[in-house]
Amino acid sequence: MTANHFHFPGIKKAPSRFRNALGKYRVTITKACTNCGLCVDLCPYGVYRAGAKRPKASCDHLCLGPSCSKNDFYCTERCPEKAIRILPNPSFEVLGDRRWPAELLAGTWHMAETGTVPHQDLNYKTGNSGGGFDKIRFILPKKNGNGSPGANENIATAIELNRSGDIRPRVTIPVPLYLGGMSFGSVSIVTMLSRVRAAAALGTFCCTGEGGYPEELMDYDDHIITQVATGLFGVREETIRRVRIVEFKYAQGAKPGLGGHLLGDKVTPRVAQMREAVAGSALFSPFPFHSVYSVEDHKKHVDWIKEINKKALVSVKVSTPTDVDMVAVGSYYAGAHIVQLDGSYGGTGAAPDIAKKNIAMPIEYALPKVHRFLLAEGIRDRITIIASGGIRSAYDMAKIIAMGADGVCLGTADLVALECIRCHHCESGRGCARGIATTDGELTNLMELEWGTQRIINMYSAWRAQLVHILGRLGMRSVTELVGRFDVLAHLDYIKQEEVEGELD
Amino acid sequence: MPPKYHIETSQAPNRFPKITRSGIIAWEEGCLKCARCVKKDCIYQVYEKRDLDDRQMLDSLDSACMDCFRCVQNCPNRLIHKGLNPAYRALGDHYWTPEIISELWFQAESGRIPVSGAGYGGPFSGPGFDAMWTDMSEIVRPTRDGIHGREYISTTVDIGRKAMALEFGPGGEIVSRTPPVVEIPLPVIFDMLPWAPPGDNIPLSFLYGALALGTFAIVRQSAINPIIREFLPYAIIYVDGDPGSLHAQMLRSLKIIEVPDGEDPIALQKRFKSMHPELVVMIRLRLSPGARERSLYLIEQGAEVLHLVADEYGLEGGSDPLFIKERMKDVHLHLVDRGVRDQVTLIGGGGIAMAEHMAKLIICGADALSIDIPLLVSMECRVCRRCKEGISCPVGLDDVDPLWGSLRIRNLMAAWHSQLLEILGAMGIREARRLRGEMGRAMFFEDLEKEIFATMGKRG
Repeated sequence: MTANHFHFPGIKKAPSRFRNALGKYRVTITKACTNCGLCVDLCPYGVYRAGAKRPKASCDHLCLGPSCSKNDFYCTERCPEKAIRILPNPSFEVLGDRRWPAELLAGTWHMAETGTVPHQDLNYKTGNSGGGFDKIRFILPKKNGNGSPGANENIATAIELNRSGDIRPRVTIPVPLYLGGMSFGSVSIVTMLSRVRAAAALGTFCCTGEGGYPEELMDYDDHIITQVATGLFGVREETIRRVRIVEFKYAQGAKPGLGGHLLGDKVTPRVAQMREAVAGSALFSPFPFHSVYSVEDHKKHVDWIKEINKKALVSVKVSTPTDVDMVAVGSYYAGAHIVQLDGSYGGTGAAPDIAKKNIAMPIEYALPKVHRFLLAEGIRDRITIIASGGIRSAYDMAKIIAMGADGVCLGTADLVALECIRCHHCESGRGCARGIATTDGELTNLMELEWGTQRIINMYSAWRAQLVHILGRLGMRSVTELVGRFDVLAHLDYIKQEEVEGELD
Repeated sequence: MPPKYHIETSQAPNRFPKITRSGIIAWEEGCLKCARCVKKDCIYQVYEKRDLDDRQMLDSLDSACMDCFRCVQNCPNRLIHKGLNPAYRALGDHYWTPEIISELWFQAESGRIPVSGAGYGGPFSGPGFDAMWTDMSEIVRPTRDGIHGREYISTTVDIGRKAMALEFGPGGEIVSRTPPVVEIPLPVIFDMLPWAPPGDNIPLSFLYGALALGTFAIVRQSAINPIIREFLPYAIIYVDGDPGSLHAQMLRSLKIIEVPDGEDPIALQKRFKSMHPELVVMIRLRLSPGARERSLYLIEQGAEVLHLVADEYGLEGGSDPLFIKERMKDVHLHLVDRGVRDQVTLIGGGGIAMAEHMAKLIICGADALSIDIPLLVSMECRVCRRCKEGISCPVGLDDVDPLWGSLRIRNLMAAWHSQLLEILGAMGIREARRLRGEMGRAMFFEDLEKEIFATMGKRG
């Protein structure tokens, strides 16, 4: 397997593109400061920069906060003039929501900036939703001794996407993740290219979404999944032939059972041309595929793609209804290589709130259901299950693999790496104020391609390191050993710490 | 096919500034008076809209801010910060949350359904209605595209008793009498309010709204006065006084009347029907552990419509109260079990706060719902309950213009109707009638937790 020899891309620092990064603490220096420069020398995290009148705490998002007081480099204590104040950042409480609390956002930004897990006291593992992933923990055996240094180096994180045993090529990705579809039009070309280039650097894939295949992507054909969705926007035989994986999107978790909607404002001439539509007029993707009302119809779809591109793998993206297990089995028998289950709490694009909250089930329920059903059918090892819709962190990724997925597909996490703050206003006015989900020229220019690419590489490099750490603690040599291991997980509502041997993480 | 049901909406501006979740807090101290203040870069033009001099850094709580944090992150001296708005947190209570109230305001103002990007941001699940999800269809079952009007989804329901079979006389003539049935195009009636500022303007807003929507508003018999009397065809009179004072002429202008459950509501039903046979009689029943047996008894005695009500938090009476969704399931399944469910109409009410509750309660067995507080919230009520204490309403609801009020109600109901279509469409169901009791097309927290998480942490 070539992925074992895959050379992972390097980490380079990619600090916030805004003047003031958002952190948990705010460091201020009062007028008592004599500019002695001690704080600049003391802080190992680079919070301070020398200034003309007094140092500037320009990177206070890297500050450890009051918990630093146990260190001998604690600036507040050591400052001869006691001129340094470390206080909670007042804006922090406004950030985020129950699924992505401020700490998870800031922790993710830290990973995207540095490529390492946060040293600050930020919970970068779970959110605060009170259920599902946020109540599930790994049961890690107690640490015995120091462990041999470098023992984690040979832990494999690669997965094989074609497990069908057919004559089509094997496609191995060195990390158990790929990036989900966000169409050109819903996000800017810089966002799209940043994701594609990061996927290429990580040896994995990025999906085009339903909005065509901009020519800028053509250098990365081998790392692109092109999507065929209900509107068939921008779908051509020529684009289907370019790629190694073609994805049918039957439904998406953000709006299960409903079609997509691109507001007229976002349909610029370029977007319109790509989608063969009229600029300025809103575009609806119908729901469902009006040519598919049965598994037999679905098979016809899959056969059609397989005929056009003899080498491509076929992925089927579905949402999570009550009978999601039947849908998955049907997809397998129709000849799909990959079934992607998109849980109801994820999604990036604009969707009715009622759909996001209420329609279809969260991925934490759907994935185990499907995994067990396919096991019972005896076909689990012939198909790749990819989980998406609400995977926010390396821990979510590892948990859902332990619950039966082979790998995961991400979208929101990428956007957070690009400094999305989840204000939920992607759809309004000129689009995203942060220049991520927009086609407005000025807003698009808020982000540089190199920076965007590196931020995503950094974040997933940190994710991979966390996955390796978890696997190492569990004594596993490959991520494939983790699949379906419910026994290494605990749900805090049903298991108490006393009942568990080992520590909960 | 009947003509498509469509609710006209139009922008109905708020009378008061919106209370939003967060505001901008700016400190003047240390301002560099930038030549090019970051405030000028606001893509929503919040600062310009408010006519603030950008050289001044005034404290401001702003309702136009969209939380993009650009100014917070770009001010050279880090003088701009955001903070939570205490007035927002103070809205409503644990059940009627600030989120619910502000979404109701948005819908009442615009008639549009709440839409947002970046996935769902709320809790995984919660008590009551938040412990269930609705189904969708893909590949193996078609959906319906109701929301963009390409396929018609009916939300009409019937109120009244149904004959289960026709009886024929010796000559083949039909001898059974079909009981009267009233159709409403939306599975919603307007209920009496648990508390409200006094006066006619609020009930008039409800009645105007009922008229525009084709539904009915329940009005207390004791509240009828010459102004309300003009609107009796859109009202359901709740008999809270002497039934003898409701004369035949007045009854004939009604389609539905509601009587309280008491010693013998059936006798009262018979009395009204003898005066006006086409009248549908609803019996109002407080939900309780005994509701299943009481419902069964009343149906056997000939009840047509049972209006099962919980309190404003969706709770039944008693010391260990069940939530309305649970008790509704219980009553519905009991009646199904006894083979009488299809004969009657069940209307559920109490604690219905969002469009999704409508779909969910119907799935749990109700044919239709009654709503109360959301209608008041549509008119900018803040659920402060001061009126209950006799203190004046902070948004002057006693003086509300009924035309404006009814427009807000219409907008809210239009948004709820559209959201019901979203749920029905995703499930592939063409009629609200078919949604009733479809518990197999819903997913319940308790079941899923047991099925999925029970085996975690266990070997083998």
